[in-house]
Amino acid sequence: MSSVRETLRAELGAAVLSARGEGLDSVLVLDAGAVPGALARAQALGCNVLVDITCVDHLRWVPAGRGTPSHPDRMPRWELPKPPSRFKLVYRLMALDAGQGAVRERLALECWLEGDAGPASARSLWPNADWLEREVWDMFGVRFSDRPDIKRILMYEEFVGHPLRKDYPIGKRQPLLGVDDGAAPAALSDEELRPSPGGKRP
Amino acid sequence: MDVVDSELLPGVITTRIDDAVGWARKYSIFTYPFVTACCGMEFMSTACSHYDLDRFGAAFPRFSPRQADVLMVVGTISHKMAPVLRRIYEQMASPKWVVAFGVCTCTGGFYDNYATVQGIDKIVPVDVYIPGCPPRPEAVLKGLMLLQEKIRKQGWKGQ
Repeated sequence: MSSVRETLRAELGAAVLSARGEGLDSVLVLDAGAVPGALARAQALGCNVLVDITCVDHLRWVPAGRGTPSHPDRMPRWELPKPPSRFKLVYRLMALDAGQGAVRERLALECWLEGDAGPASARSLWPNADWLEREVWDMFGVRFSDRPDIKRILMYEEFVGHPLRKDYPIGKRQPLLGVDDGAAPAALSDEELRPSPGGKRP
Repeated sequence: MDVVDSELLPGVITTRIDDAVGWARKYSIFTYPFVTACCGMEFMSTACSHYDLDRFGAAFPRFSPRQADVLMVVGTISHKMAPVLRRIYEQMASPKWVVAFGVCTCTGGFYDNYATVQGIDKIVPVDVYIPGCPPRPEAVLKGLMLLQEKIRKQGWKGQ
């Protein structure tokens, strides 16, 4: 039986932009539009566990040989390819044989997003996608196209911004709850939360 | 506590109500353990027989804030947890005291980030700070004795 990875690669054709890794580290980089279909197909092919949905913020890409603005002498240790856009969404899937207690295959599906617009939700495939998508929204501000009223999961509702974005100020403190009763939370100023080149702020 | 043997009635002692109440309260601390993180392990080890919080009359945890005298805040408090802690404190009946157990509750510790309250004294008044990551049982006992001393001195009027 051929692997989910190879089957998907053959079926999706040009929607697979690249592939890397082997075995448990297999990764397919997909066109963002092909992701919902690819997830459904992967589940049909046996990926019964959605391990994680996460996101990577590539805001500050530095070409090799040039240090970062704050550390001019700190060279990247290897040349990283310039990211096509700011946010990369990662779905980690697993084909688990529960009867044998064995992992048959692990596969990660990645896609680069246009701004902060994410694909449609995977809730109908794996129920745990609900919380994982809420976490990605909470931490990175990625919007899933069919969840306009998505709620935060880790931070409280009055929190402003998305703390794992690279442009969220690391020392930023927001008003405490429970003490300033009735006081509206202060919004981040433009200076504190600079507009990101790749994405629109919520 | 100043105790004077009565000259009139044998077996009767006289003292001031302030001293008597302070002394009684100091040895009948009911704690509410608000345990959120790894410091809880150290709290358990202190509370168990090896270090024996019962010697101080403080071994009886009450998991209802209405019945507790001392709020033991043990572990990191996130901003999302902060209103809960505040409400627990407000539900406790006076007189009440608060112990910040571990460096995360004292100052936020190394969780200097968006998610963590930088010291619970931003939410509730704190009587005793016990630093350490986690504090050793000896430090906890020292903190408890300091709290007892504070309770004794406050006497009748409470805080």
